[in-house]
Amino acid sequence: MNKSVYASPDQVSETKRHILTVLVDNEPGVLARVIGMFSGRGYNIDSLNVAEVSNDENISRITIVTHGTSEVVSQIEKQLLRIVPVHSVTNLDREDSSVEAEVALVYIYISENNKKKVYELCDFYRARKIENENNTTIFEIAGASERINRFIKEINEITKVEIVRSGPVAISSIHKNEEE
Amino acid sequence: MNNEITGAEIVLKSLAEQGVEVVFGYPGGAVLPIYDTLFKQNSIKHILVRQEGGAIHAAEGYARSTGKTGVVLVTSGPGATNVVTGLTDAMMDSVPVVCITGQVPTHLIGSDAFQECDTTGITRPCTKHNYLVKNVNKLSSVFHEAFTIAQNGRPGPVLIDIPKDVQFAKGTYEEKNKIIIPSHRLFEPSPDFEKSKIEEAVELIANAKKPIFYIGGGCINSGPKASKLVREFINMVGSPVTMTLMGLGVVGSSDKNSLGMLGMHGMYEANMAMHECDVMINIGARFDDRVTGRLDAFSPNSKKIHIDIDESNINKTINVDVPIIGDVKQVVDKMISIWKEKNYKIDTDSLKLWWDKINKWKEIDCLNYNNEGKQIKPQYAVQRLYELTKNTKTFVTTEVGQHQMWAAQFYKFEEPNRWLTSGGLGTMGYGFPAAIGAQVGNPDALVVDIAGDASILMNIQEMSTAIQYRLPVKIFILNNEYMGMVRQWQELLHGGRYSESYTDSLPDFVKLAESYKAVGLRAKTTDDLDDVITQMIETKNTVIADIWVTKEENCFPMIQSGSAHNEMMLSKDQKQDKKSAEKGKILV
Repeated sequence: MNKSVYASPDQVSETKRHILTVLVDNEPGVLARVIGMFSGRGYNIDSLNVAEVSNDENISRITIVTHGTSEVVSQIEKQLLRIVPVHSVTNLDREDSSVEAEVALVYIYISENNKKKVYELCDFYRARKIENENNTTIFEIAGASERINRFIKEINEITKVEIVRSGPVAISSIHKNEEE
Repeated sequence: MNNEITGAEIVLKSLAEQGVEVVFGYPGGAVLPIYDTLFKQNSIKHILVRQEGGAIHAAEGYARSTGKTGVVLVTSGPGATNVVTGLTDAMMDSVPVVCITGQVPTHLIGSDAFQECDTTGITRPCTKHNYLVKNVNKLSSVFHEAFTIAQNGRPGPVLIDIPKDVQFAKGTYEEKNKIIIPSHRLFEPSPDFEKSKIEEAVELIANAKKPIFYIGGGCINSGPKASKLVREFINMVGSPVTMTLMGLGVVGSSDKNSLGMLGMHGMYEANMAMHECDVMINIGARFDDRVTGRLDAFSPNSKKIHIDIDESNINKTINVDVPIIGDVKQVVDKMISIWKEKNYKIDTDSLKLWWDKINKWKEIDCLNYNNEGKQIKPQYAVQRLYELTKNTKTFVTTEVGQHQMWAAQFYKFEEPNRWLTSGGLGTMGYGFPAAIGAQVGNPDALVVDIAGDASILMNIQEMSTAIQYRLPVKIFILNNEYMGMVRQWQELLHGGRYSESYTDSLPDFVKLAESYKAVGLRAKTTDDLDDVITQMIETKNTVIADIWVTKEENCFPMIQSGSAHNEMMLSKDQKQDKKSAEKGKILV
């Protein structure tokens, strides 16, 4: 149960993180429609990612991380489907299995004192140094959000950093027929 | 190419191919090319309103009374922002409307040009879909898709924003049947859609001991055939039926199964039956908060069937046992054939006990009011209006407030599409322009706007429109010099402090009518009432009938906010307990 001017009678189920992937027609305003639905109806967006994925460039995939009770999230899915340019909505948490990953770029402030520790930690987490014209220490780390969280926590204990994260993208790992 | 025409011509050609006969609008700089093209043709009639807000309510009234799509044409900037209320109204009440707005030329978009606004941005949440058309060659396909989307599935408003340069540009016109709309953009149930759910629902109904049908506006949107099928099915079952504000007329008031309207100001017997039923069959309603009252006490012991074309309505506020996604007439048609096929029959003994119980509740006579003295009670005014118009083809529109609820309670509707009111959004000022739209669509019918003295002033400028097009709309004002519903809530919940709810300095409505060259009538006592109503009906001109009613009459019965169906207030003396009144006060 969720939105009503009256208090909710049923037991509220547990709030959980959900990843939704939404396939949409690549037309002007479509992202605003999706985001506007979330803000207008008071739902949460934890992260959001949009990119063209089809060869004909007419379809984009939006990956949204949200959280809410299963009732709220199912209402989100239905509200998304009402949007005219939306093709499909998949809740990857309802699929049997899925794979997710995100990318973070980390600018690390390095000094002679912490250099060794930083490189060891980056090595351990397979964070890769990105070459750039100013030769500053920018690292790229990709993988599960949890792993990136741990890396950031540990590097923060060593030195000051600046971080940018893509937010997760995810895909269903269910076996599919190739002809489809 | 020699078969190229201008964008403005494409607009008119698209409208003509869509079968549009009338457009409600107001010109301005950014739509001049379309108005110029309009001038050169004769197939589409234009109704010039006096404010764009009037145009969209008129289009809604036209759509709701005819079953066709209403069309609005307004300019950029203020023209577009003035239709926002009406778009939201149409969105909430699922009314098919296509709204065309002009926009500043493409190269000026984003420059804060004169009369520029981000129309598609502003109207995104209050339309089913909207378009900004920058390419003249896409114009006809956008129009054909817009009309389809407005009517398809759960109907609603669609807006098309057209920059002025696109109206001048030349392009090719594509015919309706050449446009292919991808299926994901529409609602298209498969033929066998929900078959097992429908079977489950019918079996549940057949085994019910205390069933009730709960009918909403979706039955009206599904077309007249849906109402016919719903009546047929209810008769087969022999079950009581109650209707929402939007569903009035689906089953006739005089039908033996009808308990009338339910909800906040609904019938006592309808609400009690909803509370105590064992199987609830919701057809085309959405468990609105005005209907349900307190959710944790809403029909606690029933199995609920919910038929809705919009999946997002399922389990939105009330969890249901058998959801069926589909169009009412298709689903109910299938229910009837399953009922016949399986030879179902409801247990007559239990059904009789159920009706006995309901008849006991009816004896309470919840609409009873004190009708002594010469002063006109608002309820009595509506009753007389009904008695004197019931043998005429009559459309009733309303504004919003006490008069709206009295109209819903005391005017008896026997047919769908005859009752036009703003339910979801509750827009004061809806009724008069909606009546204009209904009269345009039904020139020979009697159209009455039951209004309040406060609401009518919100779109009173449309008097000019009514007079210009010789629309004999009747405005029946229940004049109590208050924003009556606000005053009632202040009396019940805010210690009788009537903060700003007295409408001081009201115009003399008779003289107001006369100044527009309409007819003004006034009834001060019950002695005048019948004469005034008769004269109003017989006058072949626009009429304002100013009916002076008891000033501090309250609308009962009432489920106060925060209360449940079985906690109805029947009169002022029966106060809600203090704790739930305090809790209810914060609700809307």
